[in-house]
Amino acid sequence: MGKLKIHVDQDKCQGHARCKSLAPELFELDEFGNAHEVGDGTVPEGLEDKAWLAQTNCPEIAIEVTEE
Amino acid sequence: MSDTDRVLPEHPPVTDWVHDFDHTDPRWTENPFPIWDELRAVSPVVHTDRFLGCYLPTTYEAVKQIAYDTEHFSSRRVVVRDERPEVQRNAAPPITSDPPEHKPAKQLLLPPFTPDAMKKLEPRVRAICNELIDEFIAAGRCDAAARYAKYIPVRAIAHMLGIPESDSDLFIHWIHQILELGIKDERQLKQAVEEMTAYFAGHIEARKAKPTDDLISTLMQAKDKTGQPLDDSHVLGSLRLLLIAGIDTTWSAIGSSLWHLARTPADRERLVREPGLMPTAVEELLRAYSPVTMAREVMKETSIAGCPIKAGKMVLLSFPAANRDPAVFPDADKVVIDRKENRHAAFGLGIHRCVGSNLARMEMTVALEEWLKRIPEFRLDPAGKVTWSEGTVRGPRQLPVLFGKQA
Repeated sequence: MGKLKIHVDQDKCQGHARCKSLAPELFELDEFGNAHEVGDGTVPEGLEDKAWLAQTNCPEIAIEVTEE
Repeated sequence: MSDTDRVLPEHPPVTDWVHDFDHTDPRWTENPFPIWDELRAVSPVVHTDRFLGCYLPTTYEAVKQIAYDTEHFSSRRVVVRDERPEVQRNAAPPITSDPPEHKPAKQLLLPPFTPDAMKKLEPRVRAICNELIDEFIAAGRCDAAARYAKYIPVRAIAHMLGIPESDSDLFIHWIHQILELGIKDERQLKQAVEEMTAYFAGHIEARKAKPTDDLISTLMQAKDKTGQPLDDSHVLGSLRLLLIAGIDTTWSAIGSSLWHLARTPADRERLVREPGLMPTAVEELLRAYSPVTMAREVMKETSIAGCPIKAGKMVLLSFPAANRDPAVFPDADKVVIDRKENRHAAFGLGIHRCVGSNLARMEMTVALEEWLKRIPEFRLDPAGKVTWSEGTVRGPRQLPVLFGKQA
């Protein structure tokens, strides 16, 4: 299994901030409270479950998780 | 009082929910969940001739489609009423705004409501909760809605706006006139809006002489996209929105959560034992007892989930009904406080996502934490009666509880 990578679609994100609360290591919020992935979105080992949790809780389905 | 300011007659009781639903019917007010289940089993969208014609999407998918479709559905009217008075410009931006005006109006309000900003407010909210508990804990009982849940959001938003927390009862009175009585009584609605506008206008004038560091000043200093200050009607509209939206929504969410915990000892004991569950529990309580239903006005004919939708009618955009859709939430009718996947829509979907969602979550969390710390055991008072609000924000208005273990 390869590494996971996350990406927040900026057109879809509405700033619910569920991802930041579930996986603060993987997401950051801007001054308006909208989310984006930390760095290039590569999920460090051990945080895979948090990445999936954030994805399955985003009300706008704005988070894409891909496997490299 | 003009000729149009009428108090409308009471509605006849509903006998056919599928073709003639009414969200102000006492049965809906008391317990809407089986009604939504009945309607959802028949159609993803139902219609009533009441309220001059109104649709209700019953599934998550139908609610979502409407929430995302700002072309066919306008936010210029956000409450379903018996009449359609003239649309007021800057009624309550951005909740009453459509694109393209919506985004700049909303962006002004987002920075003061980020999770980080809410962390700074949290100590004041904890103090408010404890001040309230101090007032009734010795009695061994209280009305948890009227003495506790009701005052937490109103004091918190007053603190943020920079208006006296001691005016809370006045604000609550206006909200009752606007969101409950105003559905049928135009005069009460207008009176409350006028009083609220005059109140804020006074605070704006005071800040012109002596600037302060609060949300009213933030709005007064905000610039629109052309670099000009917002006109007074916009500032006043947004202030009305913050006060209206900031109060009985979260009051209802806290009240429903305490109602659930009062009658579900297993969940209450588990939360006391495992406080780390609070974040998922709050999300689940938000899903199961979502307080807020919004409205839209149909601007152009379209179809939703195969159902034709005609222009000129209203839509009751029920996020609570979406959150009970078993196609999206397994065991949708059960409260599962450690539910992992919970893509609930309690704060709306799409561009009108509640600007105060981070505030509401913080208030709910703090209100439940402080209550459970000091009153870990409580139950409904069998001698009392729980009553629920009428209208489109749902929550207990009377919630009599007894403290301590059952004798």
